[in-house]
Amino acid sequence: MVEPTTRALRTDTMVLNMGPQHPSTHGVLRLELLTDGEVVREAIPHIGYLHRNFEKHAENLTYPMIIPYTDRMDYIAAMNSELGFVLAVEKLLNRGPKPVAVPEKAEYLRVIVCELNRIASHLLAFGTYGMDLGAFTPFLYAFRDREQILEFFEELSGARLLYNYIRVGGVARDFPPGFHHKLRRFLKYFGPQIDVYDTLLTNNKIFLERTKGLGVFGIDKCIEYGWTGPNIRGAGLAWDLRKDEPYGIYDRFDFEIPVGENGDCWDRYKVRMDEMRESVKITQQALDQMEERGLLEDENFTAKVRGTLRPPAGEVYLRTETPRGDLGYYLQSDGSDTPARLKVRSPCFTALSALQEMSHGLLIADMVAIIGSIDIVMGEVDR
Amino acid sequence: MTHPIEAFAARLQTSLAQATETLGLGGRWPEELPLEAIIAISLVSLAALSVAIVAGIPIILVLMERKVSAYFQDRLGPTRVGPWGILVTLADGIKLLFKEDLIPPQADKLLFRLAPYVVFGSSFAVVAVLPPFRSTVIGNLQLGLFIYLAVSSLVVLGIIMAGWSSNSKYSLFGALRGAAQIVSYEIPLGLAALMIVMTSGTLNMQHLVMDQMGGAHHWYMFRHPFLFVGAWIYFISTIAEVNRTPFDLPEAESEIVAGFHTEYSGLRFAYFFLAEYANVFVVSGICVTLFMGGWTSPIPGVQLLPGFIWFLVKVFALVFMMMWIRWTVPRVRVDQLMSVCWKYFLPISFVNIIGTGVIVLLDREEMGIELAGRFIGVGALTWVAGPVVVLILGVVAFSGTDPVSRRSTAVGG
Repeated sequence: MVEPTTRALRTDTMVLNMGPQHPSTHGVLRLELLTDGEVVREAIPHIGYLHRNFEKHAENLTYPMIIPYTDRMDYIAAMNSELGFVLAVEKLLNRGPKPVAVPEKAEYLRVIVCELNRIASHLLAFGTYGMDLGAFTPFLYAFRDREQILEFFEELSGARLLYNYIRVGGVARDFPPGFHHKLRRFLKYFGPQIDVYDTLLTNNKIFLERTKGLGVFGIDKCIEYGWTGPNIRGAGLAWDLRKDEPYGIYDRFDFEIPVGENGDCWDRYKVRMDEMRESVKITQQALDQMEERGLLEDENFTAKVRGTLRPPAGEVYLRTETPRGDLGYYLQSDGSDTPARLKVRSPCFTALSALQEMSHGLLIADMVAIIGSIDIVMGEVDR
Repeated sequence: MTHPIEAFAARLQTSLAQATETLGLGGRWPEELPLEAIIAISLVSLAALSVAIVAGIPIILVLMERKVSAYFQDRLGPTRVGPWGILVTLADGIKLLFKEDLIPPQADKLLFRLAPYVVFGSSFAVVAVLPPFRSTVIGNLQLGLFIYLAVSSLVVLGIIMAGWSSNSKYSLFGALRGAAQIVSYEIPLGLAALMIVMTSGTLNMQHLVMDQMGGAHHWYMFRHPFLFVGAWIYFISTIAEVNRTPFDLPEAESEIVAGFHTEYSGLRFAYFFLAEYANVFVVSGICVTLFMGGWTSPIPGVQLLPGFIWFLVKVFALVFMMMWIRWTVPRVRVDQLMSVCWKYFLPISFVNIIGTGVIVLLDREEMGIELAGRFIGVGALTWVAGPVVVLILGVVAFSGTDPVSRRSTAVGG
């Protein structure tokens, strides 16, 4: 009797080390892939290559000194990282003898920069996702538009990536002259531009084939793993802190929460595309409302915060909706000028934690598609 | 009886005379030249031609690719080296020349050194059977088409050598993907070429072109719907053959870094690079020769431009299309790549072959079909019937399927 030849062939799995220097692990993520041919049997993420000891370091810094470090967590959406921390500090201060009254203009400026930064962040996610799947052109289109936002931020704060713009009590600088006209021009241009990207990539046949039905993660699984942001909205749950736990002045704006249907890669991607439209709407409304309330001429963009900040002893947990989900700051004060403890709840970390389960039995190309679809920033995972 | 070498020289002289006539230098060729002079002139001109092709094609194509991609992407592309960035490829070439030649210590050194030349050589060898104009083809072989199919498949050997000898996992993945892809896509490619052979009855490239003279409606591509579909299958398969997006899996940057040439640097990398662009030119040239009338004019009865110019116009149109596709679409996945080939292209190719066979049979005189067919040809009639059939088949085949359900069947195993 003849043995089937497949019996005689001894095949073995191969360990493929993907990262930390790899074109599509979005920073310094390292994946240990156990591959059987092209099929990934096991994917073990290794993190820590960008660890900066931020949380411990913050215990030795005064509150305003920590703000630039929060920039470096989610460096793609630094404004949003700042906002969460600043709001937490303000909440803590407001319990004490010297509450901080944030001027209305500062509230609007904060919303505008955060929403612009959300657009910039989602543009990057869109562009790199295209690149992960082999389409190079969307990346450059995305960067072309993101560049305009970065130029706005440069004009506003002096920096293109790490702004240190949102401060305790307000913001660092007022709009430069004529700034809101430029903003309006950009919003008018950018709104229809999203449709162009939808034509180029979102509805591309190959793109659909690559992302539809891939990496399906339902609502239950998402909650189990603590997913938030566009990732859980992709699964169909309309969970957005801007609506559900409005902070700042987000209750004054009229916007939708885009949700997906199946929770696959395409849904998560599509939610981001739709969110850019909503952010454009919010920014436009913010500019309109500023104009209505005569805030453009108002020069009061920050509260008078005098002396060293010494929040009363106590603890606070505050979370905000960053482009990647719920970014939470747990802040413990002992009444001194430095926090006793700072802990960050990172949405990217929770998203990444599901990677091992999601990637079982997929192809290497699918791994890349999944990593891109959960849109992680390693600066925030490692901190 | 004349000596073989003298006969060879006589033939050389005739072809030289023909060549000079085509180039517009006719009549100035001396009647009698010494044998040595003829051989020397032939060798020198052949060498010059090879250098021009080997160096010229990639230089033009690389610049073209960079400019085309730049304009697609709202950029300017190279602008610094020379006017309009014309010399940037030369500058890049010089840079690559001066780079350190790295061989990984664990590599199989012989194969590692050999691989670029195998890829490069087999890519360029095919130029020999390309007829760029009426009187000239470097190797006017009776088996020209066959030589193309045979030689171009050697590229895969070079890719496997490169991937294996690098002793790197990413290179190995690239090589395996490349081997699977090129070998698979050679089948629909060969079947499409077979349809041409059935229709024309020859493998000689020059004769194929001659058969398509007399305007665009004489091109094989437009003879009948089967050949039209075949032409598109051929074109898409060639994109897969030369590893370009959406079929650039062997060098998929975002997945396996640079695929089979991850470990290569300097001049050896340059050889892969040159070969890639040579390949693009060659497969476009073959596609033009087989389906689009080669150097003949598309306008019936009017040559308008010299044949060589027509040839280049058509080739660059195809090259431009490849670039257009490359800079627009994402990459397919490895199983999708295979299913496109085996589940779609291959069955369609078989139908094409049968259809072509039937039409060839019906078109023969002795069949005695006396309808309008004798006047306008059976092939022309099928242009009416074909789209109707395709429409019906398409509606039947694609109704009620969606990407999600099809995907789950593709990856299920």
